Amino acid sequence: MSNVPSHLKYAKSHEWVESLSDDTYRIGISDHAQDLLGDMVFVELPEVGQAVSVQNECAVVESVKAASDVYSPLSGEVVAINEALVDNPDLVNRDAYGDGWLFTVKASDLSELAGLMSADDYIELRSDDDH
Amino acid sequence: MGAKTALYQEHLNLGAKIVDFAGWDMPLHYGSQVEEHYKVRGEAGMFDVSHMTFVDLKGERAREFLRYLLANNVDRLKSPGRALYTCMLNEKGGVVDDLIVYYFDETYYRMVVNAGTHDKDMAWIEGHAAAFDVSVTELTEVALLAVQGPDARSKVHDLLSEKQREKAEGLAPFNAVESEGFFISRTGYTGEDGYEVMVPADQAVDFWRRLHKIGVHPVGLGARDTLRLEAGMDLYSAEMDEETSPLEAGLKWTVAWEPQDRNFIGREALEPQYNATPARKLVGLILDDRGVLRAHQRVIVDGEVVGEVTSGSFSPTLGKAIAFARVPHDVSGKVLVEMRGKQLPARVVKPPFVRHGKACFE
Repeated sequence: MSNVPSHLKYAKSHEWVESLSDDTYRIGISDHAQDLLGDMVFVELPEVGQAVSVQNECAVVESVKAASDVYSPLSGEVVAINEALVDNPDLVNRDAYGDGWLFTVKASDLSELAGLMSADDYIELRSDDDH
Repeated sequence: MGAKTALYQEHLNLGAKIVDFAGWDMPLHYGSQVEEHYKVRGEAGMFDVSHMTFVDLKGERAREFLRYLLANNVDRLKSPGRALYTCMLNEKGGVVDDLIVYYFDETYYRMVVNAGTHDKDMAWIEGHAAAFDVSVTELTEVALLAVQGPDARSKVHDLLSEKQREKAEGLAPFNAVESEGFFISRTGYTGEDGYEVMVPADQAVDFWRRLHKIGVHPVGLGARDTLRLEAGMDLYSAEMDEETSPLEAGLKWTVAWEPQDRNFIGREALEPQYNATPARKLVGLILDDRGVLRAHQRVIVDGEVVGEVTSGSFSPTLGKAIAFARVPHDVSGKVLVEMRGKQLPARVVKPPFVRHGKACFE
């Protein structure tokens, strides 16, 4: 089954958050999410410099099965996007937590981190999802 | 928990994602449906389609019955094993189902109909067969494996007995032969060459495993849909249903109008539209922008909604989205399709989109 790395934090809407430094965070969708969606065919990313706010949609991943909004787990400014996804959207399927990352945010409100889940909590949520 | 084919455990063993399809637990894909799609276009893939409905029809008046039941004309079937694609219409000229009928002799035919329409089809067929004294027998102890792709036939040949192989090699497209318990048909739903092989249910696992061993890739329903869409083939309940005439579903070629005196169910209702231009037609759409066409998206011309997408998906072969849409008869050139709050331009083309692995639309 899909894996849930313990060093990441997770949002209910199936995004993961990785701390890169004190205030920059890399964001992607979980292995579980990519598995539900199936083969990715297009990824629409925010622009560098764009302001994003917590729980607001800021990207779209579209698979053979469905288009799905990606919600930013943190407020802040987009400082990097994964341009490799434009030509190789299947990186999200193959390596959801690595080469399939979506964008990096410079967070403006670190208190929002408290609203995210640990890997264990996410696993529990996911198993509720399945039943 | 749905019904299971003889190959269900094989699908689980291969890591299939199982979904409900018309009450059956079927494989959607075994990891990547796009990869599976490519395997069929480039090599050979195998599909478990045992969930479909197989019906044998026997009786002195079997031919007369099918001349009445089906919109295409079984008189076109002259040699044993010959197959014909046809619609079965209701009195209003709507499509009860689309199917393939095989001819063995004047008193014996076989039909393969859709899984999703099993109950109503059986009731419809049995209801009409009685008057012709034709027996209707569903085959349940069989499995159907579709082996499709440029290498499919030679792979299957490698596994057949010498006698079966000789018969299979001589098959022209849309012909079938029964040999030593196997019913081997040179048909399919992918736009590639290949076979649909019906085997006794208790031999299905062995045949499936042997195919897998010689490099035939398992393929799920996900790729089956993108393959048939690229090949320009209709799907029942998407492109046509009981409210849709075959003439508005791109299937005029399957309605045998001659001879004029053949009375088939739905003929009278179709008569006015047959020689006129039907109000709507089925067209192909290609989206050059990024995005995926999907069923029920609205088609817009000059600011007005004129129709909708009936089936749409991402075409792995073309690297862009394709679709069928039903629109007024005079629509051509470019249309707009509404998706996710935006209107994107799509080109109107004549399907199929892909033949033998290459783009072929006009």
